[in-house]
Amino acid sequence: MRRKRLLHSISLGLVLFGVWLLLSGIFEPLLLGLGVLSCVIVVLIAHRMDVIDREGLPIHLGWRILTYWVWLAVEIVKANLDVARRILDPKLPIHPLLVRVKASQASELGQVIYANSITLTPGTVSMQVAGGEILVHAIAREMAEDLERGEMDRRVTAVSERAGGEIA
Amino acid sequence: MEVLRDIASWALLVSGGGFCMIGGLGLLRLPDVYARMHAAGITDTLGAGLILAGLMVQGGLSLVTVKLFLILVFLLFTSPTSTYALANAAHRQGLAPLLGATPLDSAATDHKDETSSKP
Repeated sequence: MRRKRLLHSISLGLVLFGVWLLLSGIFEPLLLGLGVLSCVIVVLIAHRMDVIDREGLPIHLGWRILTYWVWLAVEIVKANLDVARRILDPKLPIHPLLVRVKASQASELGQVIYANSITLTPGTVSMQVAGGEILVHAIAREMAEDLERGEMDRRVTAVSERAGGEIA
Repeated sequence: MEVLRDIASWALLVSGGGFCMIGGLGLLRLPDVYARMHAAGITDTLGAGLILAGLMVQGGLSLVTVKLFLILVFLLFTSPTSTYALANAAHRQGLAPLLGATPLDSAATDHKDETSSKP
């Protein structure tokens, strides 16, 4: 457990310093030193606050989250075109409905990823996450049916649960 | 080469702006707060994404592009979170969503209601 926390602290420091380098873009010794110093201070504070854990720094998601994001981006574009077409249609062909979909992720992090993915795709908005279910407002029946088919749920579960096994 | 880059970024910026306008139109046309969130979602995702992509094409391989990309990443993390907070707050306050085939907004009620016959 201690070794895991050390690993998390080191990776948090590396991520912070990487962001510092990219945002500053000035590679002088003084500024680099200040950057290292501030990153170390932030890691120490985060360590004292006990927020460096799987939820605060989900490195266990690894590369799989990137392939999930690519899939999600395609879904977002498709949903955008569909909702845009409905808005532009003079007849406004919408049929709002509420559905409850199962969130089969064991960890809260997984459920948050799922709920946020639902909201990011236009046409479906998460309204409430409770008891392993998400209450979703869908703008038309087709979107609700897409969601109920459960492909996004399965993909999020595969991304967030396979590693480790322990529940955050 | 410079011309090609300008054309690509021009196309991305214009289409991104178009999606932002569609999102704004949706805010006006859709009937209630929940439905309007879907329109706001268009502006948040494809509208902002295409505009930032157009700016990244202008930025080329530079730190500016990295910063623009970070803006997009932060936007894609924060916007669904704030939308959830909004939807959840409305739901907790007991605001019932309009469900079912919704007739057009009051400005156009003289249309025949074709949607109500659908299942």
